[in-house]
Amino acid sequence: MIRYLIPFGMFAALVALLIVGLHHDPRRVPSPLIGKPAPQFSLSELKDPTHVLSRRDLLGKVTLVNVWASWCVSCREEAPLLTMLGKSGVVPIYGLNYKDNRARAIRWLKDFGDPYVADAFDKDGRTAINWGVYGVPETFVVDANGIIRYKQVGPVTESALQDKILPLVRKLREEDRG
Amino acid sequence: MRWHAAGLALALLFAPAVQAAGTAQLSSGFANPQEDMRYHSLLRNLRCLVCQNESLQDSQADLAKDLRRVVRAQMRAGKSDREIVRYLVTRYGDYVLYRPPFMGATYVLWVGPFVVLAAGLLVLMLALRRRRRAPEETLNQEQRRRLSEFLGPNEDHS
Repeated sequence: MIRYLIPFGMFAALVALLIVGLHHDPRRVPSPLIGKPAPQFSLSELKDPTHVLSRRDLLGKVTLVNVWASWCVSCREEAPLLTMLGKSGVVPIYGLNYKDNRARAIRWLKDFGDPYVADAFDKDGRTAINWGVYGVPETFVVDANGIIRYKQVGPVTESALQDKILPLVRKLREEDRG
Repeated sequence: MRWHAAGLALALLFAPAVQAAGTAQLSSGFANPQEDMRYHSLLRNLRCLVCQNESLQDSQADLAKDLRRVVRAQMRAGKSDREIVRYLVTRYGDYVLYRPPFMGATYVLWVGPFVVLAAGLLVLMLALRRRRRAPEETLNQEQRRRLSEFLGPNEDHS
């Protein structure tokens, strides 16, 4: 009897393995930058090209850094939620405008909402590569010391915001005070 | 109809060759053939994060183009292969490597197939040994006689 159960057990184990595999999203590549200092950058501001933004602007407070582009369709999906979050003042959101055109990006902000404290204009995408970005949108949570603590790949959804991002922001603030 | 199918099969057979020829034309901009080879072999071992089954060499994704530019710039700046690979790994993780490094999380990947192979060989050996031990079945006189009846008188198989 056991003779026949062994192959069946092996088959069941294989099926279980494959089912677990199906629930992994291969597009979500874990970032090696989590727990590491956010990479240095020096980019002009989107709306005011004479103003330069750098890593220093992120320090001293917990921030979100959102990578977006006017040509990115799923950025529109997260725009209303991010705009609401930005207006609420819960956490400052910095934009990293990725491989875009200045005029088109500014128009996009008028059309879809502007949640950003400031927007770094990354025309050739070099800064995004330094941040390990491989698609837009991506959103980083950066703590007050400039350490990357979390990365959301793809649009920020309500569940991601409520279950992961906002609790993390709160926790990081408490760590700061404590 | 059959000829159409044969034509299609032939076309499919040669498709990879055509594709390979297409990628070979991708110019590196390096005049030195040695540097050109180094560039392409580097790219072949790096994965594009957008089209995950393609190397940086083959992918037409924008990110792949940008990363190729980064690799070229670093080569021109005199960086070694190891430095260039490390640059990408610190940003994108081991995932950019087509050959995953041998470490805790990947040892199953590297050793697993050999373990399975060894287990299979062991099972095969045990099964063969058991079979050898089983008594050989031989024909008795009566069976031999009937066999030769079936085979006819001309062929003597006894």
